[in-house]
Amino acid sequence: MTALAVTALCKSFGGLRVVINVDLVVEPGERRLIIGPNGAGKTTLFNLITGEIAPDSGAIVLFGRDITRAACRKRAHLGMARTYQIITLFPHDTLLRNVTLALLGLSPLRWNALLDLDRQQHLTERAREALSRVGLETISDRPLAQTSYGERRRVEIAMALAQNPKVLLLDEPFAGLSIDERREVQKLLATIPRTVTVVMIEHNMDVALDLADRITLLHFGEVIVEGTRAQVVADPRTREVYLGA
Amino acid sequence: MAVALIGLLSLPVWVGNTYYINIASQILLWAVLALALNVLVGYAGLVSLGHASLFAMAGYTAALLLDAGYNHGTADLVAIIITLLTAAVFAVLALRATGIGFLMITLAIGQILWGIAYRWASLTHGDNGINVLTRPAPFGISLVGASSFYDVTLGVFLIAVVSMARFVRSPFGASLRGTRDQARRMTALGYNVWLIRFLAILFSGFWASIAGLLFLYHNKSISPQVVALTTSAEALLMVISGGSGTLLGPMVGAALVVIMKNVVSAYIARWNLVLGVIFILIIRCMPEGLVPGSVRLWRVGWQAVRARLNGWAMRPAGERTP
Repeated sequence: MTALAVTALCKSFGGLRVVINVDLVVEPGERRLIIGPNGAGKTTLFNLITGEIAPDSGAIVLFGRDITRAACRKRAHLGMARTYQIITLFPHDTLLRNVTLALLGLSPLRWNALLDLDRQQHLTERAREALSRVGLETISDRPLAQTSYGERRRVEIAMALAQNPKVLLLDEPFAGLSIDERREVQKLLATIPRTVTVVMIEHNMDVALDLADRITLLHFGEVIVEGTRAQVVADPRTREVYLGA
Repeated sequence: MAVALIGLLSLPVWVGNTYYINIASQILLWAVLALALNVLVGYAGLVSLGHASLFAMAGYTAALLLDAGYNHGTADLVAIIITLLTAAVFAVLALRATGIGFLMITLAIGQILWGIAYRWASLTHGDNGINVLTRPAPFGISLVGASSFYDVTLGVFLIAVVSMARFVRSPFGASLRGTRDQARRMTALGYNVWLIRFLAILFSGFWASIAGLLFLYHNKSISPQVVALTTSAEALLMVISGGSGTLLGPMVGAALVVIMKNVVSAYIARWNLVLGVIFILIIRCMPEGLVPGSVRLWRVGWQAVRARLNGWAMRPAGERTP
């Protein structure tokens, strides 16, 4: 069964057509890279897939289930997790609490107004585990405000992984990172098991190329080229619209 | 904390004077309202300017039912239920927005209810308000005296504080603070942000209704000025001046406002001016509120003292002059 199938998806903001008839078929366990220049509609496509905005037309199917009209929060419960290009974390809380909130989001415990959250050992342990997956276990009790940008990127990923998603959507996970930090995140993404399907947006093609099985090139809201890594890189249209050569 | 608790419990003994015991009761009942409002302002990031109407809704409902001859138990229970329903209506209308939008909608609904209290004289007796002749006697204990009323108010206040403390530390409390800081992220993580906020408004409305009932029984009357915007603004000032998003802050804020209103006004006719100056000083020196602000200044001061001492100890012995 296909992990994620997007058919004829369209979205306009006023007169501006941002996503035009986009088709996307991602198989389970696949690593799909979506590339395109600025303003290609990559993040809008992600917002449509995660349900933060509603499409004008088209359909989104997650593991055989039509989720086109499902609420954003429902999609999280159906196994979809995402990270943000612009870091969207809880600034007043510790790293541990940030990840705990990710775990709590899928737990019925989130409605409980009587228990002490700090004493929920199973949640705390799982949160520490998720932080150690991204190499941040030593600073798990540090407030987010006292961490570096690179560390926050990894917290974003830890929160998404903590939810144990079936489909993981990464919105420019390398944005704003130094070369060293990029390498660390690359290594980290390579450790994600194949039980997780990964769809990744990247503006800069070089950093994410190694991770991708297939690549979709988006330009002005339309899919221009799609294929394996080699096919897309070799395609003259890629050079034309993307590499500018 | 134990000292504070013993101090509060024995207050009628060491204060003695009925007038001051009544002021202490007022501080406690206003503190319950401030704590209720703090759930929204401090933890949900939703600033309401309509809380006086929830407070007064409970008072008016109970007063009307008592006036119609119902007993205290029925009147109070119905008052709480009606207030919760009002809070639900507040929530459904106001949660269409956050920030200024939320504030304006709560303000508008508050003004509508004030208008009803003031103008629908056949129901609410208009400007005259409603008098309540008796206080309830739970388990046969008479609350006629200032001291016994204080004891009950203190009991209710302590239950409110404990319930708030638990709420803040609970998973739901953490979720609520999450919706304050990153609503978008919370939705993507699987939280129902709207429902979390709705339930927080109901929780806040519940404690506002309890405070309203205490107010009614303390004053043995209720009138439209309780519903007025001034009351909502005062409650908000209690929360902000004491420190929103803290447990102790709203209590300190309530004490400050009630003392200014009742004690200082006896000595200075323009007590409002004094209150204004105090608020400006708080905003100027401790924008986060009295409680967190004092903690911060204390830390800064202590560090300065320690640095001094260290600097002195580091110097060679011959140069040490205290």
